[in-house]
Amino acid sequence: MMAEYVQRQEVIQDVPREINFSLAEEIFRETGNPVLSCFQCRKCTNGCPLTFAMDYYPDQIIRLIILGQEEEALRSRTIWVCSSCETCTTRCPNGIDIAGVMDYLKQKAHKQAVVSHKDNWSYAFHRVFFENMLKNGRVHEPKILADYLLRSGAWKQKLESGSLWRDVKLGLFLLRNRRMRLFPSRVNINGHTVGTEAH
Amino acid sequence: MVDVTLYPGCSLEGTAQDYRDSLEIACSRLGVNLIELENWICCGATAAHSLDEFLALEFPARNLVLAEKRGLDVVVPCALCFNRLKTTEKHLLKNTHPELTKKYPFKGTIKIHDLLAYLTTPDMLKGISSLVKKPLEGLKLVSYYGCMVNRPPRITDAQNHENPTQMDRLVETLGATAIDWPFKTDCCGASHVVARPDLVFVLVKKLYDRAIAQEANGIVVSCQMCHANLDMYQDQISEYFGERYHIPVFYFTELINLAFGDERQIGWLSRHVVDPLPTLRECGLI
Repeated sequence: MMAEYVQRQEVIQDVPREINFSLAEEIFRETGNPVLSCFQCRKCTNGCPLTFAMDYYPDQIIRLIILGQEEEALRSRTIWVCSSCETCTTRCPNGIDIAGVMDYLKQKAHKQAVVSHKDNWSYAFHRVFFENMLKNGRVHEPKILADYLLRSGAWKQKLESGSLWRDVKLGLFLLRNRRMRLFPSRVNINGHTVGTEAH
Repeated sequence: MVDVTLYPGCSLEGTAQDYRDSLEIACSRLGVNLIELENWICCGATAAHSLDEFLALEFPARNLVLAEKRGLDVVVPCALCFNRLKTTEKHLLKNTHPELTKKYPFKGTIKIHDLLAYLTTPDMLKGISSLVKKPLEGLKLVSYYGCMVNRPPRITDAQNHENPTQMDRLVETLGATAIDWPFKTDCCGASHVVARPDLVFVLVKKLYDRAIAQEANGIVVSCQMCHANLDMYQDQISEYFGERYHIPVFYFTELINLAFGDERQIGWLSRHVVDPLPTLRECGLI
């Protein structure tokens, strides 16, 4: 426990100590999310089911934001480990949408390209899902899985561990049981430009 | 018959086709005429709200406007689609993004229901009770509601988000035993199963262990992501932890069909990875 604490201190000491109070204000301005109301009760962290895989606990992410440690928050594992189960958001006594803060940071990390497909497979999955959706209107599961494996490079590890075969077998099972369509369904969007205008 | 608009969502055209088949039968027996929303598009799911705030609202907004033109309430079987549609509904009605509201003038004249809530109103339960032909005696089930139809309640309008009971009441109405347990709304990890199965396995193992400790012989769900994580990966989770789990996972609509004595449903259950038929045989239900 003590060793972990010392390690965390070192991580924080590695980053430049330039304080940027404007991040919390920026989040409030952009999303109405009152991050500065946090009084560190840690209710968010206590209810979070995924703390075991996080480098910063949810309350620590909020603290980093208040301290203006943007780099540290954007590069944290935590924001990509969050499953958006909304337990923290539901229970926060100060009305902070903590899961929404995680979204804000993920969106910013994506815009600023501080995450990559190869290093962050969760990000790789979101990207292929998002692109498939923008292109076809609806998501075609086999296509996004194949794209994900290729883009992230996860296929290599899966080939080595043998779990790629397992996935193929599962795919065949689903196909046999009418739970997979080989071709995506078509959507007539009536010349509507969803997705293409904003990008 | 009551006409409603069905917004199925992408996975009900794929891995959750079994859910789709079962809910169509259940609804038709209960006098609910499902009319699929024409040209619906993806709700954006986790990917959109993780990458682009505006598009995460724009995709559901388009569906809401299409549905409002149709003029019927929308029923949503997928928990995440439901959550995204409700989130967008609130944003549009509060006009949080004027450019979005301008492009998608949603007035809020229709309601968005999650399928479970829609089929478990007191009136519906009465109807269900009168149609039960084969009570599901012997099935001892924990109800697993998942996250997205409950949280956050200011979005979902859930009445009892920490301890929902509608699925438990349904289970009892169908003649099975509902086991109260503490993990009703705990997270299964959802789409993490693709990129971070290690996380999902830990979360789901906790659910199995508790269900088994409370002597459940099945888990009932109302969300296809919960179903995928609990059913499709059960053998992998067993292997990962050196356990031998065998606990069937039912959609609540499948249980309705079984209790109504629908023969087709029995055959369709073998489309799950964990075959529920041995458990049903043990209970003398087939």
